[in-house]
Amino acid sequence: MSKKDLEVIIATDCGSTTTKAVLIEKKGDTYRQTFRGEAPTTVEAPFEDVTKGVLNSITEVEELSGRKLLDGEKIITPNSGNTGADIYVSTSSAGGGLQMMVAGAVKAMTGESAQRCALGAGAIVMDVLASNDGRADHEKIERIRQLRPDMMLLSGGTDGGSVTHVVELAQFLKAADPKPRLGASYKLPVIYAGNSMAQDKIKEILGDRTALIITENLRPTLERENLMPARHKIHDIFLEHVMQQAPGYPRLMKMVGAPIMPTPAAVGTMTEKFAKANNFNVLAVDIGGATTDVFSVFSEVFNRTVSANLGMSYSISNVMAEAGLANILRWLPFDIEEQDLRNRLKNKMIRPTTIPQTVEDLQIEHAVSREALRLAFEQHKALAVGLKGVQQERSISDAFDQTSSGQSLINVMKLDYVIGSGGILAHSPRRTQSMMMMIDAYQPEGITRMAVDSIFMMPHLGVLAQISEKAALDVFYHDCLVRMGTCLAPKGLAKDGQVILDWEVTGSDGKKENGQLRFGEIVHVPFDAPKARLVAKPAKGFDMGSGPGNKVEADIEGGVVGLVLDGRGRPFNLAKEAGKRRDNLNKWYKAMGMYPV
Amino acid sequence: MAHAYTPGLKVMPCTMFRKKRLLPIPGTVLAKEGQQVEALDLVAKTELPGKVFSVNIANRLAVAPEEVKGFMLKGDGDPVKKGEIIAENKPFFKWFKTTVESPVEGTIETVSDVTGQVLLREPPKVLPIKAYVKGTVVEVTPDFGVTLEAEGTFIQGIFGIGGETNGEIVIAVGSPDEDLGPESIKDNYRGKIVVGGRHASLSTIKRAVELGVHAIVVGGIHDRDLRQLLGYDIGVAVTGTEQIGLTVIVTEGFGSIPMAEYTFKLLSSRNGERASVSGATQIRAGVMRPEIIIPGFPKNVTECKKDQGRGWIEPGDPIRIIREPHFGVIGTVKSLPSELTVIGSESHARVLEVQLGGGEVIVVPRANIEVLEK
Repeated sequence: MSKKDLEVIIATDCGSTTTKAVLIEKKGDTYRQTFRGEAPTTVEAPFEDVTKGVLNSITEVEELSGRKLLDGEKIITPNSGNTGADIYVSTSSAGGGLQMMVAGAVKAMTGESAQRCALGAGAIVMDVLASNDGRADHEKIERIRQLRPDMMLLSGGTDGGSVTHVVELAQFLKAADPKPRLGASYKLPVIYAGNSMAQDKIKEILGDRTALIITENLRPTLERENLMPARHKIHDIFLEHVMQQAPGYPRLMKMVGAPIMPTPAAVGTMTEKFAKANNFNVLAVDIGGATTDVFSVFSEVFNRTVSANLGMSYSISNVMAEAGLANILRWLPFDIEEQDLRNRLKNKMIRPTTIPQTVEDLQIEHAVSREALRLAFEQHKALAVGLKGVQQERSISDAFDQTSSGQSLINVMKLDYVIGSGGILAHSPRRTQSMMMMIDAYQPEGITRMAVDSIFMMPHLGVLAQISEKAALDVFYHDCLVRMGTCLAPKGLAKDGQVILDWEVTGSDGKKENGQLRFGEIVHVPFDAPKARLVAKPAKGFDMGSGPGNKVEADIEGGVVGLVLDGRGRPFNLAKEAGKRRDNLNKWYKAMGMYPV
Repeated sequence: MAHAYTPGLKVMPCTMFRKKRLLPIPGTVLAKEGQQVEALDLVAKTELPGKVFSVNIANRLAVAPEEVKGFMLKGDGDPVKKGEIIAENKPFFKWFKTTVESPVEGTIETVSDVTGQVLLREPPKVLPIKAYVKGTVVEVTPDFGVTLEAEGTFIQGIFGIGGETNGEIVIAVGSPDEDLGPESIKDNYRGKIVVGGRHASLSTIKRAVELGVHAIVVGGIHDRDLRQLLGYDIGVAVTGTEQIGLTVIVTEGFGSIPMAEYTFKLLSSRNGERASVSGATQIRAGVMRPEIIIPGFPKNVTECKKDQGRGWIEPGDPIRIIREPHFGVIGTVKSLPSELTVIGSESHARVLEVQLGGGEVIVVPRANIEVLEK
């Protein structure tokens, strides 16, 4: 079927606990998401067949829409009248997603490139091995043996460079004789994407012990990364080996009209398409119960990281362990005993499906969420960097600007758009809560638009974008994104009460708002026009993106929250004295109307 | 009749259940189908490959990697003792001689002419798998192990640390809301499974370790004590491999929470009998809860039911509230309104009405209760 014939699309995302189906229909020239259904995922016992959950979720769509989509256990294609769909597509993260181990010769060079390659393909990276990772050889071998990844990515050396390190890693791998996570009967797939000169030696060492696949070097020179060939191989093996072992997936693969994508890879694709279509720098986050995924597109470079143990239920206690109790307590506008807070977080960990019943309990979860988002962002910034090890030519004028290679690509002043998803951001009782959690965690500077993906439809749209970019973007703008509004945050520091910004906003409907922002305060202006023009004049020493003290004119968005004028300064630090800190928090939360009084 | 799906912890006087006892890698199965086994009997064993160590011969002898094989005294697969010379150079003057000794006992795995390294492997370690519970072998998985069928009292906890162990049950407190203090741990509790009531402190657990108690079963512990006991914060609930000298099973949660009366009475009815316990807990993917298994029937039970949890609740069912502001409170389901209700946090949630012991009725989100399965 040609792309222009697509009128009715059914898409599913098979998550660890829930399988979600959406129906997308062409209405005039525009694609819209019309109905959705969900059902428990059926990968684990007693069902052990993912297609059961898929069919159940589609049955719910059938019941709600009145469109007959199923003929027994088959999806009816193509669409005709009120029957069938033109295509069925799906993503999957059930059964723990795609788990990989990667190896590179030097940790900060090929090690990092291999990590970026695997993460971009939608994998969870269980460990990064490198010749210089600080572990003794026997510890590396022990680690390979303990972990049971779905596949391994081995890289190392630039083309024509040294072969010693990568051969050494291959020998360790052979000695460890690792077993794949699913199915003890097949050999562990190993993708070799290192120095092309070492290919024969690698075949000799690993050829008979592993399912070895050789592809182009992912770092052919220090100055260039070539991640796509290895990424494509990861996707191929995901479909051919890993999915074939998962219960019911061989059947699911026959049902779909386009290859199944790992859920994070689909979200990444959608983030990239959105950034490219609007020429934006974008940050997207999906905070779940166990993990937090962060995606960014800065200056057209896409990066993804997954913080495997930062989440709001299964991993909530790990957020406490990594952030420290004091960092969680600093966001609470009331006093609580340390022992009480510790016990509450552990009780959430052991009973992860419980929900906050009181405002106090909700505020505790919101405090944890800020720290989980912040830590995941820190990890993302550390990996979303320029290539390390690149030789730089310097002139005399650079003598006072000694930046090293491998600087982070993330610049919060240049960040145009933040998209949040995951229960805590998408389903907060008040949208102001979601927006403030993201502002506090990311501390955006200048002008930043914000939205949430309220029903986590980005996976469906990412896989759909493979077939029809227009359909994916239409639904993304109209039905997926809930626009929250824009954050205006002048960068700089001053004394409390000092005027730091004069601003005026004119909506596309002609509605005008204006005012002054003082240091130390937050101003919330409800403003729902989808497009608006901002004129902002920061005070001397404050920057809104055009340099300190310079006037800025820009297009912005209103939304369900509106405008948030954040006068707390950047860098933003909470007061050290507990009483003052709590007073400030209460003042800001009240200004935003965040919680019931 | 209105009902809602709610999983709960199993607390069953007598049930028939199956346990898979499998090796992580292929080995030898020692039990046969139909065989009766005791908890401590071996049912399978295997050899785990030894640890691998590397020695860079090229660097040590100052030769090129491709020349290393010419200086080796041992080849691939040869056994070596710790300290045995495995490579040496051949200088013209013998006092310039350099030798390389094996850092471990084991075998030579490989000699590489690319890296100039030798990999040595330590001897394999035997990994035995015990039956863990008294029962009958109903299925043999060739090369991996067996499936056992057994019947007995089966109690799940909510969280545990430490692995499988075995011992005689001793009830150390008078009621489920009494704390298990250090003084409650008597000198003759060595090798026993000690059942407490509401709370066990760090000093209680430490005293139990000193006296050689095999396990403690208690309503609650404080997270701060757990951190001190382990020396680190548990980030994700995957436990069972901790080596602290005993197994701890928490039946209710973190804090000071009386053990559910039904659980306490059931454990009391099996006082003095031998039990198998495991602290292994895993909350994600393939949920595993800590457990106490006592073979046979309590005195007042005549028949063992198959384990078939109902999986939903109805008015009249006993439940436990598992989140603030009523954490740990036990009551019965009064009604299950179907419409979404706005709760204190302003979320829209499905709720239920719970009747408390004193007659008071409170509204709680359905996500925040757990059915007390019997």
